[in-house]
Amino acid sequence: MSAGTAKLNVTVAEVKPINDLVTRFKFVRTGGGDLPTFSGGAHTVVEMQDGDITRLNAYSLMSDPADRGAYMISVRRDDEGRGGSKFMHSQVKEGMEMVISNPVNLFSLDLRAKKHLMLAGGIGITPFIAQMHQLSMMGGQFELHYSVRTASLGTYAEELSAQYPGKVHIYHDDQDEAIDLNTLLATQPLGTHVYVCGPKGMINWVHGTSEDMGWPREAVHSEEFLAPASGKPFEVKCAVSNKVVQVGEHQSLLEALEAAGIDAPYLCRGGACGQCETNVIGYDGKFLHYDHWLTDEQKAGGKHIMPCVSRFEGKTLVLDR
Amino acid sequence: MTIQFNDETFHGDFTFKNSDWAIKRFPFPFHEDSYMYSVNMEPHKSYRPGSVFEKTFDVDEHYVAEMKDRARVLADDPLRCQSLPHMTLAGWDLVELIMEAKAAEYPDLFELHKDGNRWRWINKPLGIDDTFTFLDESTLPYGPMEYITRQTQGDFAVLDQRDDNLWMDAGMVTTQADWSLDFDIGMNFFEWHAPVPKAHEMGIFVRALKFLLNIQQGQPARRLNWTMTVNPLLDTSPENYHKWGTMKQGLTMENIGEKQHLRVELQTFFRLPRSNALVFPIRCYLIRFEDLVTVPKWGRRLHRVIRDLPEELATYKGFIDNRPLMVEWLSQYDDGSPTSDGIWPDD
Repeated sequence: MSAGTAKLNVTVAEVKPINDLVTRFKFVRTGGGDLPTFSGGAHTVVEMQDGDITRLNAYSLMSDPADRGAYMISVRRDDEGRGGSKFMHSQVKEGMEMVISNPVNLFSLDLRAKKHLMLAGGIGITPFIAQMHQLSMMGGQFELHYSVRTASLGTYAEELSAQYPGKVHIYHDDQDEAIDLNTLLATQPLGTHVYVCGPKGMINWVHGTSEDMGWPREAVHSEEFLAPASGKPFEVKCAVSNKVVQVGEHQSLLEALEAAGIDAPYLCRGGACGQCETNVIGYDGKFLHYDHWLTDEQKAGGKHIMPCVSRFEGKTLVLDR
Repeated sequence: MTIQFNDETFHGDFTFKNSDWAIKRFPFPFHEDSYMYSVNMEPHKSYRPGSVFEKTFDVDEHYVAEMKDRARVLADDPLRCQSLPHMTLAGWDLVELIMEAKAAEYPDLFELHKDGNRWRWINKPLGIDDTFTFLDESTLPYGPMEYITRQTQGDFAVLDQRDDNLWMDAGMVTTQADWSLDFDIGMNFFEWHAPVPKAHEMGIFVRALKFLLNIQQGQPARRLNWTMTVNPLLDTSPENYHKWGTMKQGLTMENIGEKQHLRVELQTFFRLPRSNALVFPIRCYLIRFEDLVTVPKWGRRLHRVIRDLPEELATYKGFIDNRPLMVEWLSQYDDGSPTSDGIWPDD
């Protein structure tokens, strides 16, 4: 059974440019009716029919989780990427029908926390917007520290500051403002949980600093979805389905398996959740492991691969699919 | 109403009885003539109209009597229902899940009318007509999980998900096969499964946990589990072992057909949307041996399963002492002929 396969048929109700890079999309259920409730931090996988290619990209839900009338996501255009965000920006129009997955949460709040300390970088703000909706409904205590490049690229910074006065702190890179993480972590009340979503460097910085300061591992939460990297084309043999599959330059191994009609489970499609872990039966070549699911020993062992983001260079690769 | 509810007891005089309808739809758990653990999960989709797999939460002729029995057990021991403070939101998720499902699937028995967050809930079999504010605990007579599970058959374990594990942080447990919520509360998945023999070595729990952590909204799952119970006791708790443990003595060839029950749990798993918790309803179905063997395939197969079951499992399930008698009695209903695949009767 493939995870992530419970689908929702939706219609695009609004396409709203937020700034030079970010556009917001609003989905309602096609034909009317409520969408499922979700929890703050959840994402949905959006299916894009881009010519012959079906793209599946995960985006955090940023609307109020209690609002079953519509979902909202924000997409940052990545001109260097493989095309998913470009498709959303250029092809998706109001009134268009699309298919998205049921909400999946891999970045949920720890509801035991006495306080939720949120650290966002850039477009990493989106899951926190839904979480702040949820916490204010429940009377939960939270604080957001949000790092942006410039004021004009500070997606939702002004709105959030107005909506949650005193709880939102904005830092502008171009004005040399930076989160003083050591002081921030040192002055939190007992029972605080820390959440970080943003670029890889920021996530590593928060995990490293909190660990050095003696924070329990369980109290620090992060979410980073990787976009699958492009790379040289390669060929893979699938032992169970008895098929040979070509993986294109701008295609992930997972996408190539799906295009060949091979059942491959997934949830996050970004190297984080572990759902698509696949056993390697044999290989002659070199793995390009980009995920943060497998341990370093597993990556060196050559027995597993995460097809959503990782690639292969060499003569032969045989998978247990 | 379409279901005729039984007036019956699960203690004292034990007047519990399955009608012919209930016997025919009993969830017999053995799909072949032997049994070993497996992660036997399947999607919890509507299947076989009339069977216990048709509805999201099955309601049957024992509903009203089971709810009376739950109230009796709770009056004696309030710790059968517990919810740690961070689990209240999950309790509301459960209220919504059960009310929406029952109102949609049993419109003649249950009604749910929503006006924004003002909800009116009508439960005809139990004579309840309550109006309350969703997400406002002060408008219900109990906490949300307790309120709805006093009206729903089966035990409920509500599991928080964090740190790549599941935590037994809330539950309503009055019809259990010898485990204790009060003992397990706050434990993680590996801790509360520690007493189970063999399965750890088989790697069952690591695989099962991985599966459960990935259960998604809109994709519930189910499995069957089973054990044996002497007398139709829903409450076989460790807390009350001194009351029911002795009932396992005194079985004879004359009374075993009436007193010995196969106990089957329909276990389902749902992701809860607001809390991201997992709810694990454990619904208990009981059938006495003499009713079970009225389905010839089941009589033959149960004899073979019990006869060949590994000793550790018969010990863990608590019937090792009575096994020889069970096998002897059941052998009368096994003519040695082959059985068909699957759990359903042949006719």
